[in-house]
Amino acid sequence: MTAMVAATRRTDVVVEIGGVPIRLRCDDPVFTSRIIERYAGYVSSSDEAAFDFEIKLSPSGTESGDEALKVSWDSGRWLMERGDFRAELNPSTARGRIEQTANPYSLDSVLRIVHTLLLARKGGFLVHASSAIRNGRAFLFSGVSGAGKTTMARLAPPGAALLTDEISYVTRQDEGYFAIGTPFFGELARVGENLCAPIEAVYLLAKGPENKIEPIVGADAVRDLLGNILFFARDPEFVKLVFDAAFDFVSRVPVRRLTFVPDARVWELII
Amino acid sequence: MSDKRYLLRSSAVAARALDDEMMVMSATSSTLFTLNEVATVIWEAADGVTPLDEIVTKKVCAQYDIAPEVALKDANTFVEQLAEHGLLLLAEKPIPQSSRFPQVNP
Repeated sequence: MTAMVAATRRTDVVVEIGGVPIRLRCDDPVFTSRIIERYAGYVSSSDEAAFDFEIKLSPSGTESGDEALKVSWDSGRWLMERGDFRAELNPSTARGRIEQTANPYSLDSVLRIVHTLLLARKGGFLVHASSAIRNGRAFLFSGVSGAGKTTMARLAPPGAALLTDEISYVTRQDEGYFAIGTPFFGELARVGENLCAPIEAVYLLAKGPENKIEPIVGADAVRDLLGNILFFARDPEFVKLVFDAAFDFVSRVPVRRLTFVPDARVWELII
Repeated sequence: MSDKRYLLRSSAVAARALDDEMMVMSATSSTLFTLNEVATVIWEAADGVTPLDEIVTKKVCAQYDIAPEVALKDANTFVEQLAEHGLLLLAEKPIPQSSRFPQVNP
């Protein structure tokens, strides 16, 4: 009971996604508890953090109706703004701040943006894709909304570890590209397993009358992949980093088109 | 319109060649453009000091079997489209390299 009381009074939590621990401080222990609950499986047991964010909660109803997201680089800081939040990150000091209402989805959006910015510097990216680990290798299933990302996640066979049904975390490491689980979910409403594995292939999804796989190479592969990578920042350096990462990725990882009938047999092709 | 038209690649783009295509992405809109072989020749020659008609005559028509007047007309349309998307700068005088960089807000 004492531990439970202590937990509800916490005003900071370290959320570690993709091996990047980010401390989130908020004066409101209730909201901190919601963060801990929302990011279950990604809350670090260590107090160490690479970045620190102060969260200032605004009263509910103060959001503007502007849904347009704006991410820009100004005076040594990344500025992120949407109707429901304003945030900034100073990479030099590794500190940032977030102003938002107590809606946890606003924080989710900020974290997605922050990770795209951090990943770009390391040759990685976030991509609209579900992903799962099977036999020690990660498979990504990419496509726009409705293409079948969540369907592929739902159909995953026993033994496959689901990393996400919505946003896949791709990192560049010496040996190649790895997929890491994320708490960013879609229709499945389930946090991915916090695991990491080398990427075996990316499948671009299309629903059709039969199950088949076709290779996609060269410029077509780059074009299709770039179409699904998350671009938040309209910043020349950032865009170039992600652009180059996409080229490097397709030179190392097979990209294939997966046309599929939405039933469990499609996973017989994923080997 | 002046007889001479100069063009310079914007710095606010990312561009790489793959296979026979040049892929160009706008850094301001994240829009991706794919240039064919002839368009790639013009893109690569867009140095701000070589006029378009000279690029067409010496680069395009020298490599491809196409009439100069047809090539120049197509090239003008092409560079105008890229300029509309902010990928190229167009001017009636040579363009200094410093113009490539987007304006930075104070």
